[in-house]
Amino acid sequence: MSILKLGLPSKGRLQEQTIDWFAARGVIIERTGSGREYAGRVLGFEDIELVLLSAGEIPKELATGRIDLGVTGQDLVYEKIPGWKGKVVELAAMGFGQADLILAVPVNWLDVENIDDLDAVAAAFRAKHGFRLRIATKYHNLVREFLQGHGVADYQLVDSQGATEGVVKNLTAEAIADITSSGETLRANHLKTLHDGLILRSQATLYAGLDVCKHVGKKAILVQMLDTLGLAIPSELSR
Amino acid sequence: MVTSRAYMTNGRLGEGLEQVRAEVARLMSGFIANGAQTVEPAALLPADILIDLYGEDLRARAYTTHDPVAGELMLRPDFTVPVVQMHMANGALAARYAYAGSVWRRQEQGSERPNEYLQAGFELFDGHDPAADDAEVFAVMATVLGDLPVAPITGDLGLVIDAIEALDTNAHRKAALRRHVWRPARFERLLQRYARPPTFSAERAQLLGAVRDGSILEFVEKSGAAQGIRTVEEIVARAEVLAAEKATPPLSKAAVALVSGVLDLKCTMAEAARGLRKIAPMLSAAATQLEARTEALSNAGIDVSSLPFEASYGRKTLEYYDGFVFGFRAVARPDLPQIAQGGRYDALTRVLGNGKGIPAVGGIIRPEALLALKGDTP
Repeated sequence: MSILKLGLPSKGRLQEQTIDWFAARGVIIERTGSGREYAGRVLGFEDIELVLLSAGEIPKELATGRIDLGVTGQDLVYEKIPGWKGKVVELAAMGFGQADLILAVPVNWLDVENIDDLDAVAAAFRAKHGFRLRIATKYHNLVREFLQGHGVADYQLVDSQGATEGVVKNLTAEAIADITSSGETLRANHLKTLHDGLILRSQATLYAGLDVCKHVGKKAILVQMLDTLGLAIPSELSR
Repeated sequence: MVTSRAYMTNGRLGEGLEQVRAEVARLMSGFIANGAQTVEPAALLPADILIDLYGEDLRARAYTTHDPVAGELMLRPDFTVPVVQMHMANGALAARYAYAGSVWRRQEQGSERPNEYLQAGFELFDGHDPAADDAEVFAVMATVLGDLPVAPITGDLGLVIDAIEALDTNAHRKAALRRHVWRPARFERLLQRYARPPTFSAERAQLLGAVRDGSILEFVEKSGAAQGIRTVEEIVARAEVLAAEKATPPLSKAAVALVSGVLDLKCTMAEAARGLRKIAPMLSAAATQLEARTEALSNAGIDVSSLPFEASYGRKTLEYYDGFVFGFRAVARPDLPQIAQGGRYDALTRVLGNGKGIPAVGGIIRPEALLALKGDTP
């Protein structure tokens, strides 16, 4: 018998909202065992295996085919799967988990409103300080692609895996590129976004690995599930 | 396949490998016969100097690794930088170098381009007769390529730099344009922006007002907590640049047309100097240089009346060429990269030599692509 593996965020608000989203469309996901145990099942779909993973792990698992379906943020998929269109397909944008990846600079940089300004400041900064203007982020691929597309020069990316809003105060970077939902953390840390500094608008999304339909048994389960959810099979999968 | 290499299905074993080695040896002896000494740069290079030179974009194109002692290292993405470094470390006198080995480049998903391929190259450091040196490097490449079906092309990125210098505008705008010569889209946007009267947001108008009435320092200090290593003085200085910018008249239509005209110049090498004089009479020094190069190429046995010239050729490649550039394309094999390419990079030697530079020009051949082309040619 075929088994379709569905990867869900292993905890927190993202998991709750995911379970609610499926429930609203007639697919009931049940956590089993104790609340802390990473286990669960999909009622009425004995051949779907639930895999609870950190949202950050789900893109890689989808890309390698270790899970067939998964719920995670678009930001994570675009950042972690180079050439993601050749590996996964978006089945549904789920309407929660909204997050914007933005470029932000200190509020007292009154001379910087947009990317043109940032580029000009990067040149002056490098000439004065002898190194490239540092932008802290954990989204290296997305940010580099965005800045390259805009022809920005004289910057460098520095890695920041958390508390990115604090790097300017800590003197480890001059600007940041990070996820924000309300902008409150930015304001609290005396940062402002650039007018044209929206790199990506992201939300939680249900993805399928592109290879899932190559397997007849898996395809049958997927068709049944998408039918229950009221979703069509995307053309990328039926090819 | 385990025996395949760039552009060749069977180049790592037996006869295929012998063919590659013989071709590399043939190219090297061609370079050595021209007075080059051989050099062998390391395959692992410190990443910081390369990133500093090429910028963050290089990370998307080169392989990076980390050593617990040496820090961040890169698999050699090209030979020019380490060869220049070796040359500068040795006192920077006139010299010619030949080298051959692998370079490694990351490729995009789905790309057919190899992530490892061979380069055989020739670099010439000398300042006495740049035109003769340009011609020598081009002729060396043309000679080792022999009668293969390749189409040469030449260009000169120095022309657009000279055209910017000749603009009737302030030094700040010239520097901004020069900085983006290698990023055509951004360059075009800057040029268009400088050509029209500026428009401002309400915030920007306030900032410029504060510069005008002398309250700018206070204005910036009041705006929020100062943080980070970019100081209030730097912010004020840029506000002053913006105010000066506002007072600068837009570039004239003629000025924009001059830059675009120079970038669009396409003709034969023989006509290039005359063409430049026609569209940009003020660039007569550059035209004289072009004439000298044309003559030197002709003296080196190159038919300049059939040699194509495009002023903006090579503009999207690595941002170190700043003068003569050239390439040799396999006409019947659009799937192959350029079989040979090169150019002049005087500014790079100044950057790597901490201000002390030496005019330099060089080129590389891709031996595997060359063999793939030879394989088609009976």
